[in-house]
Parts: sequence; structure tokens; C-alpha cells
Amino acid sequence: MPRSPRPSYTEREMVPLLAIGPEAIELDRLVAVACARSEESAGSDGAVVTFLGLVRNHNAGRRVRYLEYEAYEPLALKTFERIAAEARARWPGARLALHHRIGRLDIGEASVAIAAASAHRADAYAACRYAIERVKQIAPIWKREFFDGGDVWIEGAIADPTNETARAEAERIACV
Amino acid sequence: MRVTVRLFARLRDVAGASELARDVGPDATVGSVWRQLATEYPALEPYGRSISTAINADYARMDAPLRDGDEIAFLPPVSGG
Repeated sequence: MPRSPRPSYTEREMVPLLAIGPEAIELDRLVAVACARSEESAGSDGAVVTFLGLVRNHNAGRRVRYLEYEAYEPLALKTFERIAAEARARWPGARLALHHRIGRLDIGEASVAIAAASAHRADAYAACRYAIERVKQIAPIWKREFFDGGDVWIEGAIADPTNETARAEAERIACV
Repeated sequence: MRVTVRLFARLRDVAGASELARDVGPDATVGSVWRQLATEYPALEPYGRSISTAINADYARMDAPLRDGDEIAFLPPVSGG
């Protein structure tokens, strides 16, 4: 069988591992950077698990038109670094790439993408789930929902990265 | 000394400003700046129990002391993802 002409992911230009900004999410490039290892550990990944969060057309009984995301960007990036370090500590060898969008996002667009690479699938699944739970707990990002008839700021967790109870809950969810 | 206050999401809407410069005393803390703001903008007061706070883009406690030129951020409950 002829080889596909499509270049392998690792031959493409790299995006940062962690990013927040208005740029559209490109999942294949996120996967590529999650799998980009140092020379000595190249080829050691056996699994990549990805997560895409999408803008949904309904929430709490409301018909959603679009969302606007805002962030305290420098702190959000540091928070992503913290989450990646926590995941490395819990699942040694797992490597996370995480991009979050800000600005207006229409229905069906991806607001967040995570790629977790690891030697084995169990760790890749767990690290990926852990990362999205931690984003929702501690990343300084807010969504404003514009629905038929109005708009509302969505408010979830009170962000406290040192809250070990919350961190342990994210780990528990990741390991079910 | 002079500090910059950043407000996000609902807090910014309530205060009608995203960035404010404020003169504070030498013993100022994150919490004392918040109380000063809540006096200026009484509509902010109810949010005091649910905010997170940061100094120079690092999470910090309410009792953290401030230095001249610091950027203090007040963050409502987060909803990323």
C-alpha cells in the first residue's frame, strides 16, 4: 500500500505546549507538540488522548447564541504550567499540551483543547481528564453567555490552586 | 505607594472599570485594597466572599502585603473550559 502523502505530525511547525489567546484551536498541531519529545525519549509515547470543549447551543434551559471568553492571560498561562506540573508529578512520563481560546466563540467552536501523551493509554486518559477538571477549578478564565433575551456571566469555582481537597477531587474524577 | 487594580468579568462590569490606579498606605494588603474598593463601589461588597486574588499575576492571599507598583487582581469565580 502506498504511504499517505500527509506529513507526519512531528514534521510540522511546532505550536507552544501551553497557550491562551484568540487563535483558533488546531488539534493536530496540539497533538504534535504533546508528542514532541527530546531526542533520547523520541518515540516513547504509545497513546495520546485529546479533549475538545465545544460551545454548546443550550445551557440551563436557555438557547445559547454565542459565548465570550475573557482571561487574566499571564496568570492563566502560569496556571496551565501548574496543571502540567501536577500531571507530570502524578503520572510520570505524561506530557500535556493545553490551548484555551478567548474572545467571541460561536456554537460548535472549540474553546479549549488538551492533548495528553504517555507511554500507555491509562495514564494518557487520566492526565487529560485531570487537566480539564483543573482548568475548570483554577484557571482565571470566564465565559459570558449570550442567549435569546439576554446575557449572563457564568461563575463556577472559587479559584484556589492550594486547595488540596479540590485537587484531590480532580484526581479522583480522573481515575474512575 | 501606588498600585494598579485589575478587575475581571462581573467585577469589572459592576465597577465599570477594568483597571484602576490607587494610592495606598505602607501597611496595605490585598484585603485592605479590596475593602477600600468596596467602600468606593458598594455594589462590589457582596462579592468579597467569593473572589480570588492575585499580585503581579500570581495567586495571593487577602493578607499578603503590597509593594509600590504592584498589580492586584480581583477574580470572580472562574468558568473556563
